[in-house]
Amino acid sequence: MSTSGAHGHATAPATLAAELRGKTGQNPAECYQCGKCSAGCPMAVETLLRPHDVMRLIGGDRRETLLEGESIWLCLTCEACTARCPNGCDPARMIDALREMSVARAPRAVGAFHRSFLDQVKANGRMFEFGLVLEYKLRSGKLLNDVFSTPGMISRGLLKFVPSPIKGVADVRRIFAACEREAARDLHASGADGRDQ
Amino acid sequence: MRIGYYPGCSLHATSREFDESLRATAVALDVELAEIDDWSCCGATSGHATSHLLSVALPARNLALAEEQGMQEVLAPCAACYNRLASASHSLREDAGLEIKIKEILARPFANTVRVRNVMELYRSLIPQITEKSAGRLKGMKVACYYGCLLVRPPGVLAFDDAEQPTSMDEICRATGATSVDWNLKVECCGGAFSLSRTASVIRLGRAILEDARKAGAEALIVACPMCHSNLDFRQSAMTQSGETPMPVLFLSELVGMGLGLSARDMGMKRHFVNTGPIEKRATETAAQVAAEAAAKAAKAAETAAKATAQAGTAPAGKGVA
Repeated sequence: MSTSGAHGHATAPATLAAELRGKTGQNPAECYQCGKCSAGCPMAVETLLRPHDVMRLIGGDRRETLLEGESIWLCLTCEACTARCPNGCDPARMIDALREMSVARAPRAVGAFHRSFLDQVKANGRMFEFGLVLEYKLRSGKLLNDVFSTPGMISRGLLKFVPSPIKGVADVRRIFAACEREAARDLHASGADGRDQ
Repeated sequence: MRIGYYPGCSLHATSREFDESLRATAVALDVELAEIDDWSCCGATSGHATSHLLSVALPARNLALAEEQGMQEVLAPCAACYNRLASASHSLREDAGLEIKIKEILARPFANTVRVRNVMELYRSLIPQITEKSAGRLKGMKVACYYGCLLVRPPGVLAFDDAEQPTSMDEICRATGATSVDWNLKVECCGGAFSLSRTASVIRLGRAILEDARKAGAEALIVACPMCHSNLDFRQSAMTQSGETPMPVLFLSELVGMGLGLSARDMGMKRHFVNTGPIEKRATETAAQVAAEAAAKAAKAAETAAKATAQAGTAPAGKGVA
């Protein structure tokens, strides 16, 4: 992001840590590996890289391991790590920034859920739950998941079948387009798209 | 009292009962909710997990609309919306470069003046009214207040309560006469947005939350987040073993409404997956008991007063005779 650090340099930041520092305003080197973040992480038992591992690998400039792996997508952003860090680090923000970098490199890295969700918002200005579930099922191939609970949802009046777009849906689409343009510009500036500077 | 209202997508769909119960309590407590005209989605988890800029721009559109419509404060009952709106407002205050960029993207006047409030802040400011109108109606009912993650974290941004040991929801529940139990997992995460994409994680996390609340003696779990509700209510049957008593999961607004004596029907409680019948019956019982106690107390007071007047009446008369 050109709001801080990276802006103004002719060449791409040398390290992942420097790049993240530019994007988030946070210095990942401030992590001293106490592991308190991982002790409170609800996904620590399921993920390969726990929050303090992520922080360590940022310091070790392990770009591929972090951006290609599944771990950054297993963060729930409950922010227990950030709230409890004794040294003021923000692992949740780091992981968000890593996800953003991963999407910029390969748009397909975004899971089926996030893509379906954002598509609904782009189309209607609001999230349309029935459309989200339908689109997610088609994208993920999990066609039969939760099929038996649909009648319960309907009888409780919880599912709307037709989306009702807001008046300012063009407004919302313009916001998406502007953010996408900005991301493309960032990617180009950082040289991560493979171009030489 | 009049406050701007940002219901968010969930309250118009799978969490309709949160909207219905909140509106019912607002009427009872003389609060006017002015819905932001033409609000759009806050982007939720999918927004911030893919683009920081988008995660600020989408909430900013709504804050700008609220400002245009003359609102100083906006109530965002959904924990995720509250978190996104408040975080966006905070980021814009902290980062001048970001503010310039967002104003450019929005292409409408925006001064970032609106204060974002959550449902606990609203009810906490109304504790005297809730206490008075409830008259202890839910006395004896034991509830576990579950805050989850999005309402209290990060503490630097959402500073209305303690991030590890929050108490505002407990105070509100006590205002209805209910007892809030001490338990361990009040700020643990329930699995949030993984409900569809990684259901097994949600079931593991939810089971631990329900077990701990049950061990603490809770008769119901109180939440203020549509995702916590759908994970713990809709998916509860997969989290409980046979023989375990189901745990009703109530929105805070539903508990406050029961305290105020509103009907379960008006609050949309029939939309829950875990049967709320037993907890509604329990509320009727506690209310009857509290009413009976109050009547007995009043009768006793009247009797004492009558005795006193009788004595006062006879004493001077006796004196007069003497």
